[in-house]
Amino acid sequence: MDLTFSEEQHELRTVVRSFLTRHATEADVRRLAADPRGHDPWIWRRMATEIGLQGLAVPEEYGGSGFGYADLGVVFEETGRALLCAPYFATVALAAEALLRCDDEAARAELLPGIASGETVATLALTEDDGRWDELGIRLNARAGASGWLLTGEKTYVPDGHLADLLLVAARTPAGISLFAVTTADAPGLTRTPLPTLDQTRKQARVTFADTPARLLGTDGTAWPALARTLATAAVLLAVEQVGGAAAALDTAVAYAKIREQYGRPIGSFQGIKHKCADMLVEIESARSAAYAGLWALDAGDETEIAVAAALAQAFCSEAFTKVAADTIQVHGGIGFTWEHPAHLYLKRAKSSEVLLGTPAYHRELLAARLGI
Amino acid sequence: MEVDFGPAVRDFRDELRDWFADHLVGEFAEHRGVGGPTDGAAWDVRLAWDRELSAGNWLGVGWPKEYGGRGLGLIEEIAFEYEYARANAPYRATVNALDLLGPMLLAMGDEAQKKRFLPPILAVEELWGQGFSEPGAGSDLASVRTRAERDGDQWVVNGQKVWTSFGVHADWLYVLTRTDPDSRRHKGLTLLLLPTDQPGVEIRPIRNLAGQDEFAEVFLSDARTGADMAVGEVGQGWRTAMATLGIERGTTLLPQQLGFEREAEALIDLARARGALDDPMLRRRIVDAWISVRIMRTTNLRTIAELTAGRTPGPQATTAKLYASTRHQQLGHLAMELAGPAGQIVGEDYELDTRQRSFLLSLAETIYGGSSEIQRNIIGELLLGLPREPRP
Repeated sequence: MDLTFSEEQHELRTVVRSFLTRHATEADVRRLAADPRGHDPWIWRRMATEIGLQGLAVPEEYGGSGFGYADLGVVFEETGRALLCAPYFATVALAAEALLRCDDEAARAELLPGIASGETVATLALTEDDGRWDELGIRLNARAGASGWLLTGEKTYVPDGHLADLLLVAARTPAGISLFAVTTADAPGLTRTPLPTLDQTRKQARVTFADTPARLLGTDGTAWPALARTLATAAVLLAVEQVGGAAAALDTAVAYAKIREQYGRPIGSFQGIKHKCADMLVEIESARSAAYAGLWALDAGDETEIAVAAALAQAFCSEAFTKVAADTIQVHGGIGFTWEHPAHLYLKRAKSSEVLLGTPAYHRELLAARLGI
Repeated sequence: MEVDFGPAVRDFRDELRDWFADHLVGEFAEHRGVGGPTDGAAWDVRLAWDRELSAGNWLGVGWPKEYGGRGLGLIEEIAFEYEYARANAPYRATVNALDLLGPMLLAMGDEAQKKRFLPPILAVEELWGQGFSEPGAGSDLASVRTRAERDGDQWVVNGQKVWTSFGVHADWLYVLTRTDPDSRRHKGLTLLLLPTDQPGVEIRPIRNLAGQDEFAEVFLSDARTGADMAVGEVGQGWRTAMATLGIERGTTLLPQQLGFEREAEALIDLARARGALDDPMLRRRIVDAWISVRIMRTTNLRTIAELTAGRTPGPQATTAKLYASTRHQQLGHLAMELAGPAGQIVGEDYELDTRQRSFLLSLAETIYGGSSEIQRNIIGELLLGLPREPRP
């Protein structure tokens, strides 16, 4: 296991950052945050065709580039920095991962190439009204009909569920938790309602099913371990995204502290501000350690270590991003409290991603359980 | 999580592991993990352990062979520290000479000084104390007032030094002195090597809050040392001193922080035994303590991986100290809380148990080696590029 990034990974970072500097500017973020659809298909296509971001970690046999999680982590840190408005987390961290983990080779061969090429926007529909991310939260009913499986019930807080071409749906059958695929273009009984979100840079939807035909992935009743593993991967990738967001927020705070003067000198020369910024960097570097440990665990493939590192990363990085984003507003003073300033975009992304895969308290409990505490 | 140092280092590691298996036994094994930067516990055992290490040729792994070292590289030095921490060997009593003075002499000393002083350091024949701080110069070392004047082929030194760790044991001191009486701030300083065995040197132990005498104040009254005992150029002592303080300490943080990890595990065992894990508030703090030590470890491993890849370590190498010292104190508070009423009781002659000693001594960690406030200035100014605070 290599605990540092390679030259190639540094180059990947440069390429991705340069792309996002051009195509995910603050103006783009604001435009797409205000757009009900919330993403720009033109940018999505270029992400796929110019640098192959959607298929980066998809194995080559399924049309991807076959890179590892550390490489994918580099991309998520950069999309986090840019507050990219795109269904990237939903498609890559949740849906592609769920397909890779499920016990269904035919589905993988059929569905992953579309994700890798950028043609398919996909997501995972797991949470319901109570917002639980555990096994018990899955109640949506699936039953075997005469001509196949039918889903009836409701999923909510589904990331980018309003625009996904492919929904991977966790449901309950008499045998237990199962995973289903629903192609939204031709799904009877499917209703999707966009939810107005606090963080406008990442949209969510409510999805209802009324005898909607669905394709069972793998063996009926056995999907939970694969889903739990998918959530662990997503927890690590979200943590890296959070680190990127926190680092970008600190950058704006530091830039402002260098030029904003009070009492005839830059506020960054006062210890009250300087020490706050220093503490923010300590928080970010500690969060980096937590998130990177998760990436390295994923690449090493040690399941026990992955479970521990993923829960630790979410427990720590969620709070770190929120704290840094809130302190960024504090450093900016009054201007940081305005709609025009980007500081609130980071705060809202931070506060929303803090609960996106379960709260820090939930992840602490997962960690405690995994450590036997 | 483990570090793979590659095949070249594997033999070195295996040799070291075997050596620990054979030598970290008896009294040494009973004193596993004992000591720390301000902790004089079991001094005699630890000194004997340093001599055992010396006999095994394990001190100065990266120092040139001509001065008694092994002549190996940075990667072996790091592998040594890593294995040392894994073995939980007693904290080295002569760490000051090994980690600070030695590297400084190697970088800035003249040939005669290297030949004269480096071999006895590695042989644990001469013990050293650092004379940088003064009552009026702690974080602000440019305020040093101890004077040194030339008298023929000698320097005559007058002044007072303080917070000299293990000063009562020191045979020699390396002291920062003002050699140009008209100079101000960091100009006109010189770093001198000074023997303690003379009438002009009086060393008085200072009792720390844990009841130990392991640092000292040093009074210099017409103390003498040779003209050839200046390290680096006369008048350039600031540069020399800063080089000492700037010597990479990431490797020395590692053993200390792996020790914190052991404390966290002991704390979880204690909490389990006390049924404290059922208390949601305590449970949260316990999980956070575990998270903290795990993050410390990963941060160190990131730095080590960068160093062994031949890269300049990233910002985490600088932020690690502030994070670790703060979090270790929280760990200490939590351990004392879990100990409950029993934590109030000490042994005869104020003898402390491991938990009490670790908690009390952790209060020094945010002060020595650059206080947390100084660390925040360094992070703010050097890493983030914020403007300096106004200084006179």
